Amino acid sequence: MTSQVDQSEAVDGPDGNGGASVPAAPLGGRQGPAKPIRRLDRVIIRFAGDSGDGMQLTGDRFTSETASFGNDLSTLPNFPAEIRAPAGTLPGVSSFQLHFADHDILTPGDAPNVLVAMNPAALKANIGDLPRGADIIVNTDEFTKRALAKVGYAADPLADGSLEAFHLHKVPLTSLTVEALKESGLARKDAERAKNMFALGLLSWLYHRPTHGTEKFLRQKFAKKPAIAEANIKAFRAGWNFGETTEDFAVSYEVPPAALAPGTYRNISGNLALSYGLIAASQRSGLPLFLGSYPITPASDILHELSRHKNFGVRTFQAEDEIAGIGAALGAAFGGALGVTTTSGPGVALKSETVGLAVSLELPLLVVDIQRGGPSTGLPTKTEQADLLQAMFGRNGEAPVPIVAPATPAECFDAALEAARIAVTYRTPVLLLSDGYLANGSEPWRIPQVDELPAITPDFADGPNHVLEDGSEVFWPYQRDPQTLARPWAVPGTPGLEHRIGGIEKQDGTGNISYDPANHDFMVRTRQAKIDGIAVPPAVVDDPSGEARVLVLGWGSTYGPITAAVRRVRADGGVVAQAHLRNLNPFPANLGAVLKGYDKVIVPEMNLGQLALLLRAKYLVDAQSYNQVRGLPFKAAQLADVLWAAIGTLEENDV
Amino acid sequence: MSDTFPSLKLVPKDDRPQSAKDFKTDQEVRWCPGCGDYAILAAVQSFMPELGIRRENTVFVSGIGCSSRFPYYMNTYGMHSIHGRAPAIATGLAASRPDLSVWVVTGDGDALSIGGNHLIHALRRNVNLKILLFNNRIYGLTKGQYSPTSEVGKITKSTPMGSLDHPFNPLSLAIGAEATFVARTIDSDRQHLTSVLRAAARHQGTALVEIYQNCNIFNDGAFEILKEPATRDEALIRLQHGEPITFADHGVFRDPDGELRVAPVTDANRDQVIVHDAHALSPARAFALSRIADADTLHHTPIGVLRDIQRPVYDTLMADQLATATSQHGPGDLSTLLAGNDTWTVG
Ligand code: SF4
Repeated sequence: MTSQVDQSEAVDGPDGNGGASVPAAPLGGRQGPAKPIRRLDRVIIRFAGDSGDGMQLTGDRFTSETASFGNDLSTLPNFPAEIRAPAGTLPGVSSFQLHFADHDILTPGDAPNVLVAMNPAALKANIGDLPRGADIIVNTDEFTKRALAKVGYAADPLADGSLEAFHLHKVPLTSLTVEALKESGLARKDAERAKNMFALGLLSWLYHRPTHGTEKFLRQKFAKKPAIAEANIKAFRAGWNFGETTEDFAVSYEVPPAALAPGTYRNISGNLALSYGLIAASQRSGLPLFLGSYPITPASDILHELSRHKNFGVRTFQAEDEIAGIGAALGAAFGGALGVTTTSGPGVALKSETVGLAVSLELPLLVVDIQRGGPSTGLPTKTEQADLLQAMFGRNGEAPVPIVAPATPAECFDAALEAARIAVTYRTPVLLLSDGYLANGSEPWRIPQVDELPAITPDFADGPNHVLEDGSEVFWPYQRDPQTLARPWAVPGTPGLEHRIGGIEKQDGTGNISYDPANHDFMVRTRQAKIDGIAVPPAVVDDPSGEARVLVLGWGSTYGPITAAVRRVRADGGVVAQAHLRNLNPFPANLGAVLKGYDKVIVPEMNLGQLALLLRAKYLVDAQSYNQVRGLPFKAAQLADVLWAAIGTLEENDV
Repeated sequence: MSDTFPSLKLVPKDDRPQSAKDFKTDQEVRWCPGCGDYAILAAVQSFMPELGIRRENTVFVSGIGCSSRFPYYMNTYGMHSIHGRAPAIATGLAASRPDLSVWVVTGDGDALSIGGNHLIHALRRNVNLKILLFNNRIYGLTKGQYSPTSEVGKITKSTPMGSLDHPFNPLSLAIGAEATFVARTIDSDRQHLTSVLRAAARHQGTALVEIYQNCNIFNDGAFEILKEPATRDEALIRLQHGEPITFADHGVFRDPDGELRVAPVTDANRDQVIVHDAHALSPARAFALSRIADADTLHHTPIGVLRDIQRPVYDTLMADQLATATSQHGPGDLSTLLAGNDTWTVG
């Protein structure tokens, strides 16, 4: 296997070739012919099959094995919106891509070195992404005339020479699995279902993945069906042994662990990190967590996860609709909870009016938007970052809302804490913009110490805060903190602070209904000033030489591909600066100065230029958009070309 | 007081004497002079001291509409929210704070039109909420369009040739949603109104109280037949749990086909008058009672508690799950959670 390797993040020498060969250690002490082992620094594998073939599970398991082995990694699940699209069709193909390396990596990789294709549809849907020389492992049992015809193959691609540019491994995965399980007593159909574990076993052998975790996982998953558990384990081992014994796989590969910063690590997906961040925010603030949510892809996993942690005092409420989800969260916030609602773009649209109410009530509230392709229902399972302007402006009236956006799956944890800090400190709804790619993608995460986490202080009101002219002490619900402009949060049950708040304009201080023109003007400006004044960390520019004239600026999940592209450009001698925004409202205070320091500012976004629009409006800079809305992340190679072109035009202008 | 009001057993008590005055705010009440809302406000303010709970543990949440200004006039905690959403907001509050007495004030447009979904779901969940639905059969705040409880053919600014849609019967709707407490009363009958508030406050779970409320500006006299001394005795059926359902020499009978029917009571049929059972688990009888009034003339309108049954309360169940999870797994430990069980160490 001498694949032409993906160059997406190749910055330090050629990948995948050469290296010392050492004898293999067979699985579980079983003896087998020792085969040579080759060292690689990075590999990209894509598992592809029917939605019903268990590719996401296979990918997840390989990821866990890889994480526990200590590689750095990045994943990209890609699946249809339909739960079971028609079998064997192109729309029904589900895939899982995993990039792992012995060094720090940032993306799931542009092009796979290895494709596992469980059927003709999976081959056809993915072949276009493979570089010449890639390895393809196909399940030949599924390459029947009928199956080929279904996806429009006139001739059998395994036989007609069309795959000559690749290393083709023809493996009858289904029949090998059935054969391995013939004594299990399982019906043929059930035995066949374990073929994904056979494939996983084969790949685990090929890349020396630890197997203990998968066996343990299978025993737990099928604890109630021990026969199925044993069958899956057996298929998994059979796959491993097949790699060990078959001639077809002459060598196996080793990707040594990455040199990550010292610490204890685990693998984590964006939605899981976000869920943990919310629980951590609850624990650090002492505010009970209340989630009001309505199921929606790709946000539902947060609802599922939080509903499992009731022993942290977490209340999860599956509402009748999106509006009730946020309404209940706001009601809980009025009662002194950390109110959260989770959704995706269409849900944010439905929640807008309640977000506006929260702006007016000035209560802490987290609105988590796991963005997906839009408009309308759009692409429910695909990623996009086209809700920025909705988050920024999608409400009636002047209704500013802070926006926080994590850059990587693990960063979703910090983003949740940051959003909670802002919400509680400034008594405001906060929009957290994640996306489908971050939500389902995963990476190693250095597990933080709890006492390293920021403390969040609710600072509830507990007594009068104003003295009337007659000397009597009163509580004014809209008497602001002079520093933060935040109003007091007085929760029901606090004697003497009974007060009424609502969506009608309020008199400054007293909070009584007021239609006074000057007061309204003052309140609108004050609410804006409060959000503008939120303390956020400065933008950090990565410009090692200090001589860059091109700045690439991104936000959200484009961080991985942008950073990988920047590394590539630099490795080839290009000079480029990079900055990435985690706070989109307000922007970091130094952002204007940063932008003005460069001749050219490139803003890659998975939308049609939403951040660029904001930058142009606010800073009068000629920020140039680079856009893609394909439901998939950028490729590093593609962005590197864009950066080279920007550097090139500047140099031309100089001539 | 916890015996009288089992629904408030977790709400802190106040031993100090309270009066209606304690529940009044310094805000000028801004309903139209003569509006039925004044009478309801006065009745509620006078009733609240009876609960014997701390004023600061009482919350009124409303939506949008004339009635929804109500919280501004109650010296408790309060929120005047957005159109139709009060039941959802109050659900989040009540579900997370069992130590509060939470009241929702809404109207026919707010609860049955824009907020219909939240209302039926609050009712089926049985959250510990008391919902006061002021039904004036018109849109007041937007100046007089027909509402989802207006009679067919209503001439209004938006329906110059008469409205076309069939109205909701709020009580039928609530019973259809399997509400555990459903009652009706009238703004002008302070004593009856107070008795229904008392029954609602005592109920564990969601209580829906429909209050017929006169909008003297846009729909004056809508309930006059139920108020006029000359007509009310024949028009109103006052329900009492455990008592035969009779009024003005008439009674309610069950036909052989199961339908309810109003007929004069005679010595021959006296023992066949049905006896009101608000605690019947099946909603069928209460539903039939809710249909007995003539929708156009309001003749034979039942008032009082139609249905009052016990079903586990959502907020209690939610708290129980938290307690169970904690006793099974111990209180959550953040470090353990973050670490998970698949870790590796570097350096
Ligand atoms: S418009 Fe009707 S309901 Fe509204 S305050 Fe006036 S009288 Fe009352």
